[in-house]
Amino acid sequence: MAGSTLHDGLTPLNEPSVQKSDDAHGYYTLGENIVDPVAPTGPIADRWTTRKFENRLVNPANRRKLDVIIVGTGLAGGAAAATLGEAGYNVKSFCYQDSPRRAHSIAAQGGINAAKNYKEDGDSTFRLFYDTVKGGDYRSRESNVYRLAEVSANIIDQCVAQGVPFARDYGGLLDNRSFGGVQVSRTFYARGQTGQQLLIGAYQAMERQVAAGTVQSFTRHEMLELIVVDDGTGPRARGIIARDMVSGEIETHLADVVVLATGGYGNVFFLSTNAMGSNVTAAWRAHRKGAYMANPCYTQIHPTCIPVSGEHQSKLTLMSESLRNDGRIWVPKKKEDCDKDPRDIPEEDRDYYLERIYPSFGNLVPRDIASRQAKNMCDEGRGVGPMVGDFRRGVYLDFADAIKRLGKDAIEEKYDNLLDMYERITGENPYEVPMRIYPAVHYVMGGLWVDYHLQSNVPGLFVSGEANFSDHGANRLGASALMQGLADGYFVLPNTIREYLADGPFEKIDESHPAVVEAKQNVEDRVAKFLSINGTRSADSYHKELGNIMWEYCGMERTEEGLRKAIDLIRELKADFWSNLKVLGSADTLNQSLEKAGRVADFIELGELMCIDALNRRESCGGHFRGESQTEDGEALRHDDEFAYVAAWEWGGDSLEGGQPVLHKEDLIYTAIEMKQRSYK
Amino acid sequence: MNLTLKIWRQSGPDDKGGIHTYQVSGISQDMSFLEMLDVLNEQLNEKGEEPVAFDSDCREGICGMCSLMINGEAHGPEVTTTCQLHMRSFNDGDTITIEPWRAEPFPVIKDLVVDRSAFDRIIQSGGFVSANTGSAPEANSVPAPRDKAMRAFNVATCIGCGACVAACPNGSASLFVGAKITHLGELPQGQPERWTRVVDMVGQHDHEGFGGCTNIGECAAACPKEIPLDVISQLNKDLRTALANGH
Amino acid sequence: MAVSGLLFIGFVLGHMYGNLKAFAGEEAFNEYAHHLRELGEPMLPHEGFLWIMRVGLIVAVIVHIACAVALWRRAAAARPVKYVAKKNTGSSLSSRTMRWGGVTLLVFIVWHLLNFTIVKVNPSNGETGGDNPYGLLVDTFDTWWMTIVYLLAMVALGLHLHHGTFSSLQTLGFTNSAVSRARARATGWIVAIVIAGGFSLVPLSVLVGIIEK
Ligand SMILES: Cc1cc2nc3c(=O)[nH]c(=O)nc-3n(C[C@H](O)[C@H](O)[C@H](O)COP(=O)(O)OP(=O)(O)OC[C@H]3O[C@@H](n4cnc5c(N)ncnc54)[C@H](O)[C@@H]3O)c2cc1C
Ligand code: HEM
Ligand code: HEM
Ligand code: SF4
Ligand code: F3S
Ligand code: FES
Repeated sequence: MAGSTLHDGLTPLNEPSVQKSDDAHGYYTLGENIVDPVAPTGPIADRWTTRKFENRLVNPANRRKLDVIIVGTGLAGGAAAATLGEAGYNVKSFCYQDSPRRAHSIAAQGGINAAKNYKEDGDSTFRLFYDTVKGGDYRSRESNVYRLAEVSANIIDQCVAQGVPFARDYGGLLDNRSFGGVQVSRTFYARGQTGQQLLIGAYQAMERQVAAGTVQSFTRHEMLELIVVDDGTGPRARGIIARDMVSGEIETHLADVVVLATGGYGNVFFLSTNAMGSNVTAAWRAHRKGAYMANPCYTQIHPTCIPVSGEHQSKLTLMSESLRNDGRIWVPKKKEDCDKDPRDIPEEDRDYYLERIYPSFGNLVPRDIASRQAKNMCDEGRGVGPMVGDFRRGVYLDFADAIKRLGKDAIEEKYDNLLDMYERITGENPYEVPMRIYPAVHYVMGGLWVDYHLQSNVPGLFVSGEANFSDHGANRLGASALMQGLADGYFVLPNTIREYLADGPFEKIDESHPAVVEAKQNVEDRVAKFLSINGTRSADSYHKELGNIMWEYCGMERTEEGLRKAIDLIRELKADFWSNLKVLGSADTLNQSLEKAGRVADFIELGELMCIDALNRRESCGGHFRGESQTEDGEALRHDDEFAYVAAWEWGGDSLEGGQPVLHKEDLIYTAIEMKQRSYK
Repeated sequence: MNLTLKIWRQSGPDDKGGIHTYQVSGISQDMSFLEMLDVLNEQLNEKGEEPVAFDSDCREGICGMCSLMINGEAHGPEVTTTCQLHMRSFNDGDTITIEPWRAEPFPVIKDLVVDRSAFDRIIQSGGFVSANTGSAPEANSVPAPRDKAMRAFNVATCIGCGACVAACPNGSASLFVGAKITHLGELPQGQPERWTRVVDMVGQHDHEGFGGCTNIGECAAACPKEIPLDVISQLNKDLRTALANGH
Repeated sequence: MAVSGLLFIGFVLGHMYGNLKAFAGEEAFNEYAHHLRELGEPMLPHEGFLWIMRVGLIVAVIVHIACAVALWRRAAAARPVKYVAKKNTGSSLSSRTMRWGGVTLLVFIVWHLLNFTIVKVNPSNGETGGDNPYGLLVDTFDTWWMTIVYLLAMVALGLHLHHGTFSSLQTLGFTNSAVSRARARATGWIVAIVIAGGFSLVPLSVLVGIIEK
């Protein structure tokens, strides 16, 4: 446990970093350092309580007069809509799916952490806080993470009260499991469908408010622009432009405050565990209107997904990490064996590479290491499964030993639905043939920059859930994104947004305001542009190509050379996109190609920024590995002296027109925990 | 594989629509059904024909966004969602008929895409527990018997896809409503609103224009989450109790 | 719907029992028919019980048909556009034929009342009947096509009851688990076979001559 528990939490434990390397020179301009303007001070355990008290209240009678737009109905957005609706604000909720219940939070399998200490195994708020900061490789803000750990227990209470059917023990009390290599049992779960159950809880709470008239739900609506208006008190986010995806109408929605809870952008890699529609558009449009994008290159790659089977694959499916507890991972020693039936490959010709390289952790090394080594094996030409492009992208996860040791029944009981799902997708029976797995992009830690109140640098624009950058640093611990989404939605945002709204209602603006007209015009022009290029390639084909570039050069392992190449390739792709795209159909009906085109356009710009961010960050940290920054035996090497900062990027114009992003650094100063290097050898 | 696809095309809610026939080739056994449609769409796009609109999002069987009546079966021949249906369930040379969900409360928006917002309105009418944020008691203060919690979980897995409606000869959404009634009715937290919930939800169900249930059982057979028919019985039982008690 | 349906089941069960008296011979059968008319006397007037039952049945028929029509119309309204292709995977033939099966039964009942109660359709031209229902019965089923009409009706009845029994239990909420549902299904089979089979025994027996005057 951290010796730092004894620390008073008031004096900093580290120095601000001073960056010496400058790999991204020429791709960006350096802006001023920033600080979180509302960062709390004082003993870490009191910060949130104090802040809740200090934040001003909004008189219930006034709430009705305040309009709140919430884009996104996942855990973060759905919970916020329900809570702010209950409080009596006038909420408008948006999602691109046909129902709020389908937000991608629904896909989370494993569980949600909470420091309840029901098992009396020594868990506490501080320990959850400590584990989360450490898991993120000391690249998150400690005050935010502490708050997250603090409200985690309330989340469970809230969800249970809503009727979320968590797993229970025979006495009828809540059950826990340990997850992601953590030594305490603090993960609450509902079989392999925790995200679904939590989301349905939030969704139902939100629908209740729809019935009560406090929340208006706009489904099949895609936000395409942020409206920023200067009413004399400085620029503020005052609404959004959204396209009704059924009628094609471009609508203006005005409000006193805008919340983006639009999820992650892992789909920039084309293949990921995200939903088909997951996109960066809402966040990117806000970025282009001035909001900073923080640590965009921080992505999490999950080691155990079902491998790509062919060129036409549209998405990747996660297999719970728990499989690594019993399965052994290997590839053939000889390349010639790669297309053989694995059962015919004798023991001495198999390379159990994780057990070989990391004898003490073996198959249970952390996600990033397991992922990277799998890629290494395939890059060496020892991957298995079908050829995809020039490579076989897969390694074996073999249950033969476990079945021999524990019996088939035991394995079946433990993993049944997973193995069934595997069989359904691959057509292979994992009880007989070793499973094939491969890493896949799973989560993004980067996102819009926010302060302690979850407000971006654009006043009146709040960002919550995966869409912001706040709580996970450079890597996310299992079962903590659900925690963050609900913490933000139920407990944090409702308590911070009132401080902002206490100044409202803001001056009424109407749709004829020049800033509003301009925003709407931009969207209409863009839509018209997509339809008029009339080239030869579908948006999907650009997306695939972008995904390949990102995966190859900005995926698990990155090098200076590769990233430079990627930036060039992306710029070429962008130019081609705007001259050779083909979108059929019209703007005034449901048009999925048109939707896709808008999303891909934004992904391309984001991809470029991710590469620049990755290029600048010459350190191996958390989920990502920089080739130039490794220890002698090839392990990740972090540079706290240079990079203990949040990289917040400001939009600096289109690169094709000579624009460059502006980098603002926010130093990460720890007062409650000391930074340590990790080791898994 | 080479396939003949007979697909319902309808340019908008007011269009009459009809079946169009397409040929696709180069389909692999490992593709999911929707990936096969992606291939078709890419080919249509190249030819300058507008791609077929269909819904999907998670493509891993959990969000409930995908639909499709495939050869007369909701989500096709396997007990799973369309996004998890793979082409190895079909043979080279097959003709596959693809239609949207058919029900008056699920109007067609375009091609194979329908509007299922009626389900949201049914949930709005009572498919929740009224528990304001911050007012919740300590989670373990009310134990929930394990078997009841298990049953609640089993039926809470409903993904709101609408296959039950699509498959039911009466166009009834009783399985969907029953699943929610049973989920919340089995938990201690769901008790205070139990009787009003069932009356309100059934009222909204009927109001939306779904048909009445005559216990035919196509719904449960089509349900990708294997929600059992007993939820409809539970629904009826709760409704009977509620009405008997004057709710 | 379920209540009226169950009432019918009760009635046909009793009725079938009564019919089986035919095996006990002319006297017993006629005695039974006579007894029905005296049941409850002197508390009830002559044929009092019968009329109570008839009124009950008529009300049930009205309720049953009204419900059936309402369900039918709702179903038609809920799916105005039919599928080009539709397969049945989870339903029994009986569950899908409830409506036309019911109509068949209605037609049969009218026919049957004309035949036995009102005695308008009488193969033996009014020689039997009235006081001698046994004779009417034997005369009826000595006519081969009458027997076939009845047997076909019994097939319809069996199908209707097979699903109807299960369905009414499900509608009343008695089938809350897989086990109880299986039990209700089994009950459906038993009721269908016993009743349709039981009714069929008499005409068959007449036809092959086990029962005769
Ligand atoms: C397969 C999988 C498994 C996971 N398992 C776990 C786990 O076990 N534990 C854990 O803690 N975390 C897990 N995660 C991570 C976690 O689920 C997500 O990070 C989290 O749910 C994100 O929630 P959110 O509310 O921020 O966004 P989402 O739930 O992604 O919601 C985004 C919302 O924004 C809307 N939206 C997006 N763009 C627009 C737009 N332009 N206009 C209008 N609306 C828009 C969408 O409609 C949607 O409603 C998993 C993730 C995946 C993909
Ligand atoms: C008068 C003509 C009849 C018509 C038009 C008719 C029609 C119907 C219809 C449409 C249904 C609903 C379908 C369903 O619930 O599955 C039904 C149900 C039923 N019928 Fe009939 N029926 C008739 C006569 C009978 C008779 C004579 C019996 C019994 C002997 C009977 C017993 C039942 C039962 C038990 C049900 C199930 C009720 C429920 O599901 O709740 N019906 N009938
Ligand atoms: C082979 C089968 C059947 C035979 C032999 C049979 C025979 C008879 C006879 C003899 C009567 C006259 C009884 C009397 O007046 O005392 C009668 C009456 C009647 N039967 Fe049947 N029956 C048969 C099947 C059915 C069925 C299947 C139904 C209903 C679904 C039915 C409904 C009735 C009714 C409603 C009456 C009139 C009762 C009354 O009000 O007097 N019968 N039947
Ligand atoms: S009950 Fe089954 S078929 Fe119906 S909506 Fe739910 S999951 Fe889909
Ligand atoms: S198929 Fe339809 S009739 Fe009832 S049992 Fe299912 S809803
Ligand atoms: S696309 Fe989500 S369930 Fe099929």
